[in-house]
Amino acid sequence: MSQTASAVHHSPKENYLNHQKTVWSWMSTVDHKRIGVMYLVTLAVMFFIGGMLALLVRLELLTPGVTIMGPDTYNQVFTMHGIVMVFLFLVPSIPAILGNFVLPMHLGAIDVAFPRLNLASYYVYLAGGALVLFGLFAGEIDTGWTFYTPYSSSASSAVLFLTSAVFVAGFSSIFTGINFIVTIHKMRAPGLTWNRLSLFTWSIYATSIVQVLATPVIGITMVLLFFEKMLHIGIFDPALGGDPVLFQHFFWFYSHPAVYIMILPAFGVVSELIAPFCRQPISGYKFVALSSVAIAFLGFLVWGHHMFVSGQSVVSSVIFSLITYFIGIPTGVKVLNWVTTMYKGSIWLKTPFLYALSFLFLFTIGGLTGIMLGVLAIDIHLHDTYFVVSHFHYVMMGGTVVAAIGGLHYWWPKITGKMYDEVSAKIACGLIFVGFNLTFFPQLILGSQGMPRRYHDYVEAFAGLHMASTIGSWVLALGLFVVLGCFVHSLRRGKPAPSNPWGAATLEWTNATSPPSPHNFVTSPIVTHGPYDFDAVEEIFSGDGASGDGSVQMDQPPSVAPSSSAS
Amino acid sequence: MEDKGATTWMPEALSTMAPEIDSLFYFVFWVSVIIFVAVMGAMAYFVIKYKRTHPNERTEHVEESKILETAWIVVPTILVMIVFTWGFQSFIKMSSAPPDSYEIVVRGSKWQWNFEYPNGAITVNELHVPVDQPIKLKMSSTDVLHSFFIPVFRVKHDVLPNRYTSVWFEATETGEYDVFCTEYCGSLHSGMLAKVFIKNQSDFNTWLDESAMGNLDEMPLPELGELLYQQQACGGCHSLDGSRVVGPSFQGLYGSNRVFEDGSSAVADDNYLRESILNPAARIVEGYINGMPPSYSGLSERELTALIAFIEAQQ
Repeated sequence: MSQTASAVHHSPKENYLNHQKTVWSWMSTVDHKRIGVMYLVTLAVMFFIGGMLALLVRLELLTPGVTIMGPDTYNQVFTMHGIVMVFLFLVPSIPAILGNFVLPMHLGAIDVAFPRLNLASYYVYLAGGALVLFGLFAGEIDTGWTFYTPYSSSASSAVLFLTSAVFVAGFSSIFTGINFIVTIHKMRAPGLTWNRLSLFTWSIYATSIVQVLATPVIGITMVLLFFEKMLHIGIFDPALGGDPVLFQHFFWFYSHPAVYIMILPAFGVVSELIAPFCRQPISGYKFVALSSVAIAFLGFLVWGHHMFVSGQSVVSSVIFSLITYFIGIPTGVKVLNWVTTMYKGSIWLKTPFLYALSFLFLFTIGGLTGIMLGVLAIDIHLHDTYFVVSHFHYVMMGGTVVAAIGGLHYWWPKITGKMYDEVSAKIACGLIFVGFNLTFFPQLILGSQGMPRRYHDYVEAFAGLHMASTIGSWVLALGLFVVLGCFVHSLRRGKPAPSNPWGAATLEWTNATSPPSPHNFVTSPIVTHGPYDFDAVEEIFSGDGASGDGSVQMDQPPSVAPSSSAS
Repeated sequence: MEDKGATTWMPEALSTMAPEIDSLFYFVFWVSVIIFVAVMGAMAYFVIKYKRTHPNERTEHVEESKILETAWIVVPTILVMIVFTWGFQSFIKMSSAPPDSYEIVVRGSKWQWNFEYPNGAITVNELHVPVDQPIKLKMSSTDVLHSFFIPVFRVKHDVLPNRYTSVWFEATETGEYDVFCTEYCGSLHSGMLAKVFIKNQSDFNTWLDESAMGNLDEMPLPELGELLYQQQACGGCHSLDGSRVVGPSFQGLYGSNRVFEDGSSAVADDNYLRESILNPAARIVEGYINGMPPSYSGLSERELTALIAFIEAQQ
């Protein structure tokens, strides 16, 4: 066993990155880790495209009137920003990158249950993504990401092309979801009971359920759009006897659960970030785990809160408002659980933890503004204003994107085998935090003062806050570029990473090298403890207590003995 | 300047419902601020108090407090139920117009608002209402979805092409305020603006009588054209003084040489203007966007001729 042990703890000669080197070996890989890396690169490109479009939107809004583009171009740009960010970035983001890389390792498994399906889902995503981008740039689509009828049905047939492309990308979601559900049920290592699953695993599990159940609805809706256009069956178009509000019901029946596809994985990542850097198990583990599943199901019952002013019946609005609160409570309690986890902890202010703190700050604002919007009488005033725009950016960007970047820092040493520069990473985190708030907080005030969304031009009274918001977007962009620079620098110059630089207790850190071997673990781990049992350091790390519990200096490779579970 | 209920977060409050909604907004706002400060304060306190001081630091096991857990489920639930009930009651009031409301018909179309009053008067992008009188707007759209939003009254509702929707309000002070379209409707969505003019009852009645349609058939063509220029809100895009707004100015337009996007050119004669009104996208003058509503084919033959006569008169 001693040989195995040393293989685990010294920089491995052969790992999943270098055991095969050809381009074809990457393109045809069924290794979940390599697929995760391919998603990382692809999604980073999508995020870059979506981000650049966002900067153009903000630049146009710097001053009233035409700043850099006319209204038609502006409408296309914000539409592209929305579609790229929502369908091509946020929906796949955390499950595709971190889920693929981390989930099987959290389970002590060699791979996902269906490795070939996993690769297929990547190519389906790639095809869907390429079609969407082609449709956007060639089709000059200006419907907004919501495709509301009848505006979208009166627009060019490029909309049909685009919606089918979105559906193709959606199949990738369904494949990944099925794969993860089966993996979590069937591939857990011996001793890994449901109560010992990491919270990241729980959240991916909940997300996968939503992906499998909700995504077909958007597909069916797209088929109905086709029927209407090709066969002139009146479904959504009032000229044919259809009902445009019906489209909104179908659209939000998918798109509201999709919000949870985007945010639930972020909850999981934040749990993984908070526990090891506080050296405490997540407070209320069972509640946090099961509430993700509860939120996943309740998420199907609140779509009508997007439609309080749409013309749906007053009774429906009242019911949807009520259920919206039921889903808000467990979400709020999660935040309290994360904060309580810090109590009597040993808080290590590393970059991933700073992102977790940033998440708590921004997501709490996102959540509280969501409660505001759920109040029927207030929503009448705030609906379709910048208040809503700001609210969902606080949740989607301040929540999901900040958690994803934090998670990327946390797992970076495991993914690449390199450490990043802590100082520049912290500076980037600070810039993102400041830039984000400068961009989106003024939008809350703009919105409640009455500034409608999707406006190319605005009245003079809104000029000051719009300018502040645009300046904020530059700070935010700068922060994101520093993150990119920091990672590129790490790849070229980064110090080799020890196998467990954070002293975390989940299997990818305790039982695998950095980067992991092609088969993840040398022997199948036997799990004897929960994912965050830091008070049982001896048992987890079976060392002298001064090593492997996160206390080692970065430049010293830890001399941790193998986990008791590995022997 | 009088603030009329305007605050950092909310614009002037000028309807009977507005103060009630603002109170609810500020209740939720301050409860949110208190919760936010408490949670962030606890977070900051823990970060400082339990900051790692030594690499070998160990943590002790913390028992989870059942009382604490119950409290933070129960207290927020009570709070949101208060807020829900309050919001629900106001929502019901906002959804039921008093039976004695004065009814104005609203038609939304790309990209303008038409208002039709009980005596047949029609205004475009100008809503005139009397103060201290419940007003019900009965709204529909001629094309895509729009949404009618008057921030100072805190009212908003989508305007649909296949059915009527409505909002009601009772203004409490006179003045002139913005109306926005808040459902995305294409190129000039952000230009689909109107003004609401709140007048006292006698001013409103005088205005209404003056605006009642006279006998249009006997009106000379250029005068009818001028009336249409105002009614159809042509002035939103086409000035009369040579300044550039969205479209070309009408001043000196008639008889001038127009150069188009494709490099061709033509003299702006009667038939060119006729085409530009009925099918604006046919020829776009270089340097301008294709931003005009698709067609004004709803105009009668006489109205069309009147409008061209009016443009001809702008030299």
